[in-house]
Parts: sequence; C-alpha cells; structure tokens
Amino acid sequence: MTPMHADLWKLLLGLGGVLITASVVGAVLAQVRGAADPVIDNLNARIKAWWVMVIMMGMALTFGKAGACVLFAFCSFAALREFVTLTDTRRADHMGLVAAFFVVIPLQYWLVWTEWYGFYSIFIPVYAFLLLPIVVSLRGDTGRFLSRIAELQWALMVCVFCVSHVPALLSLEIPGFEGRNVLLIAFLVVVVQGSDVCQYIWGKLFGRHKIAPALSPSKTWEGFIGGALSAILIGASLSFLTPFTPVQAGGMALVIVLMGFFGGLVMSGIKRDRGVKDWGQMIAGHGGFIDRLDSVIFSAPIFFHLTRYFWSTV
Amino acid sequence: MKIAPCCNPRTASLSPKRHASHRFILIPAFARRLAANATGTAIGLFARAVTAVQATWAGCAPEPRQRVYFANHTSNGDFVLIWTVLPPYMRSMTRPVAAQEYWLTSRLRAFIGRDVFNAVLIDRRPEARTEDPVAQMITAADAGASLIVFPEGQRNMTPETLLPFKTGLYHFARQRPQIDLVPVWIANLNRVMPKGEVIPIPLICTVTFGTPLHIADGEAKEPFLARAEAALRATAPAERVPT
Repeated sequence: MTPMHADLWKLLLGLGGVLITASVVGAVLAQVRGAADPVIDNLNARIKAWWVMVIMMGMALTFGKAGACVLFAFCSFAALREFVTLTDTRRADHMGLVAAFFVVIPLQYWLVWTEWYGFYSIFIPVYAFLLLPIVVSLRGDTGRFLSRIAELQWALMVCVFCVSHVPALLSLEIPGFEGRNVLLIAFLVVVVQGSDVCQYIWGKLFGRHKIAPALSPSKTWEGFIGGALSAILIGASLSFLTPFTPVQAGGMALVIVLMGFFGGLVMSGIKRDRGVKDWGQMIAGHGGFIDRLDSVIFSAPIFFHLTRYFWSTV
Repeated sequence: MKIAPCCNPRTASLSPKRHASHRFILIPAFARRLAANATGTAIGLFARAVTAVQATWAGCAPEPRQRVYFANHTSNGDFVLIWTVLPPYMRSMTRPVAAQEYWLTSRLRAFIGRDVFNAVLIDRRPEARTEDPVAQMITAADAGASLIVFPEGQRNMTPETLLPFKTGLYHFARQRPQIDLVPVWIANLNRVMPKGEVIPIPLICTVTFGTPLHIADGEAKEPFLARAEAALRATAPAERVPT
C-alpha cells in the first residue's frame, strides 16, 4: 500500500464514520418524529445517496487517473444531459449536440488523461466554442440563433470544461507530493461537499435571514457563515492530505467555499429562469447531478489554477 | 413457463411420435425466450442510458391491474419507454399494440416485435386486413393482458400537441368498459431523435401516468374521444414557457 492509498483509506474510513453517525441520527430522528416527516425523509434519502457517492468516489480514486477520468466523464455526461434537457433546442441543433456529447466529452477527458495541459485548457473555450456554432449554422435555421449557440457553449463550459478540472488535478507535479495527487481531488470534493452539508445543517438549525430570496429560498446568512467556517476547519484539518500547510489549506478551503456558494447561486438563477426546482431526479433527495455538482463546477477550475500556479512545476 | 405457439403441449402429448419432435422444438423455443429476455433487458438499459427516463405515477399506482395505457405518439421509441418504466411484474402482462407492416418487414424486427415485446400486431390498412384490430385487442385483453395503444394512429410529426384520435379506443372501451384506460404522456423523446436524424442525443425523458378513465353508460363516440383526449392533455407535465 502506497502512502497515498494509506491516506485515502484514512479519509474514507473517516467519511464512513461520519456517514454511520449520520445514518444512526437519521434513523433515530425518523423514529422520534414518526412516519412521513418530509424533512426527515429527505434527510435520510440524502444520507443514502451520500453512501453511494462516497463509495463510487472511493472506488474511482483507488483506480487512480483512469478511474477519476471515467467517473468525471460520466458526471459530465449526466450533467450535460440535464442541462440540455432544460434548454430550448431545435432540430437544427442536432448535429451540434451530437458533437457535444459524443466528441467533446470523450476528447476533453482523453486530453486530461494524457495530461496535455496546453490543449485541454483551451479545447472547449477555443475549438468547441468556434466549431460548434459553425456546425449549427450550416443547418440554416436562424431562429433564436444567438441564444441557442450561447446555451450550448455555456452548457459545455459548466458541465464539461469545469468538471474536467477535477481529474486534471492529477496532471500537476508538486515537488515532494509525487504519486499523491489523487488526494487533491479528495480534498477538493470533501471540502466542497462538506461545505454544502454544513450549510444545509446550519441553515436548517439556525437559518433566519435569507441571502438571496429571489435566487434560492434555502440559502441563509446563518447557514452560509456557519457552513463556511465549518468547511474552513475541515479544510485545515485535512492539510495532512495535501501539499499545503494548515493555514494554506484553510485559505484554499475559503476560496473553494466562496466559489461553490456563488456557483450555487448562479446555477439557481438558471433553474429559476427555466422554471424548475431541481436539475433532475437522478439522485434521490438531492435532485439531479448538477444540483450535487454545482459548487464543484465553480470551485474546481479556480482550485486547479491556484494550486498549479503556486505549487506545481508544470 | 411460457411456451411458444409452435409447440402446443396439448397436441404434442397426443402422440408419442410427436413428443420427440416436440422436445426437439422446445429447446430452440427456450433459447429464443432467453434471447428475447436478454434483448429486452439490453433495449431497456439502452433506453435508460440515453434518456434516464423517469416515471411519474401521478393519477394511479404502479400495481398489476389490467389496464389500457393510451399515450401520445411522436417517436418509434414511445412504447419502448413505457415498457422500460413499467416494473417487471407489470411489464410481463403488458403488450404494445403495434403496426404489423412495420414489425414484420424483417426477421430482426419480427423477433423484437413478437418475442421481446410480445406485441399485438395489427394491420392498419382497412382494405387489406383480415383481422379487425379492435377484435385483436379484445382477444389479448380477455387473455389478461394490459395494452399500450397510441390512439392518434400514427406518429405526430406536426407542431400540434396531439392529432385527432382514431376510433379504436372508443370501440374497445364500449366492449370492455370495466378496464381502466390510463392516459400516459411521454415528454421529450421527439427531441432525442427528431425525424431524419440517425444518432440520438441524450436528453431526460419523462413518462407520466394520469388518472384512469372509463366510458360512461351510453356515452357517444365524439364526447368520449374528446374526454380521452382532454385527459391525455391534462396528463402532460406543465410546459416551461419558451422565451
């Protein structure tokens, strides 16, 4: 067992402990509150889905780069499917969408897998953004043309480009941290999701003052501040997994939390615009893939580039 | 076990000579059954991989009652989607009513239509057919099957929400008024693969099961069909307003 695997297992065992505690609390609450309390039901559905997510994540990371690329390529696929479902596509968009799903996603993750930084960091914003509108325009349907191509581009940006920066963390080369990059993914995901969970718990317990009622009725100042402070503590305490000192890890966690929070607001804005509450129903209790990924989407590229700029040699 | 019609056990047991050939035929029939089950599972998995189809039981529960599911029809994959979301205990008793001239044109299609989906194959050409489609539906229903029908009679390629209903649903309901008629709305599948396209794009589809309706005593054709159509429209999930 390499040191990376030992640390990964430590983290997974810790998460398992947290989830066992959560499951017990959920079961007790369900007993105490009696049947059919929607909040408790939703809480227990979420805890169950967390088990699945932690196990999937653990398996993928154990397999290293290939596992991470496949897992996040699948997340991109599911997210893009949810996103495109909510846009008003027309028949003329068909070939553009086929290319987005079956060319752009595999190519982007293949580039990440080959660690070709110079290409995967511009493939979508340069090549896909220029070529896909060309493909769409060839069909000659100009109705709502600008919004159609803009929707397709933003969908690729959010669902593929940003998400692919999670496995891209594996291509960084940090002196003294060789062979342990998988732990950067674990750090990012645990901080982001820990922040979401803590904001949810703090908000449910103490939430009074809404931050952005027009965008998201469930986000409160109490939840945000409590969740952010908790996530910074989580981040700092996980510094042993990372190349960061505890203070640096806490600072990274702060950046991750802020990007994740505002990312959640942006994605809520899109949902309100499209008149839906959730992106989908794939994950019981959570909604769709994008509902679970929205904070990762916004924090992953920033976390990647900060780590790359300050710590990596490539 | 279901036995393929080619080897009726009653005739087979009449003579010992036939018995041997009967056993010989049983093995391919069994293999055919296995192949059909495997193909069915593969088609269901493919449908789920592309459409992540979600069922909403809005007006009735997923229970093994005999029903006629009548749905909007915009794509060749429509009944596959309904079939996919039915729980196994309902799927085994449910037969799509499908066009013979489509499903019998090749051996592969015939295998999928007959063996995998166990379709009630009807001839849509009144001048050419030997069997009345409604009579075929009645026969299947009397054997205990639930049915999937598309009362528009053809795929809707127009911008209209629904085409006018054909009268088959009315004639069926008149003859078997006790059977639940369940409106089913299939959303988004026409966007997955618009007419003329070859590669499907993955989009989330939903199948919504509405409130069952029955024909009233002495209800005439037009009012009944209008009511059924309204019930189907009412089953569609609220559309987002395109901007």
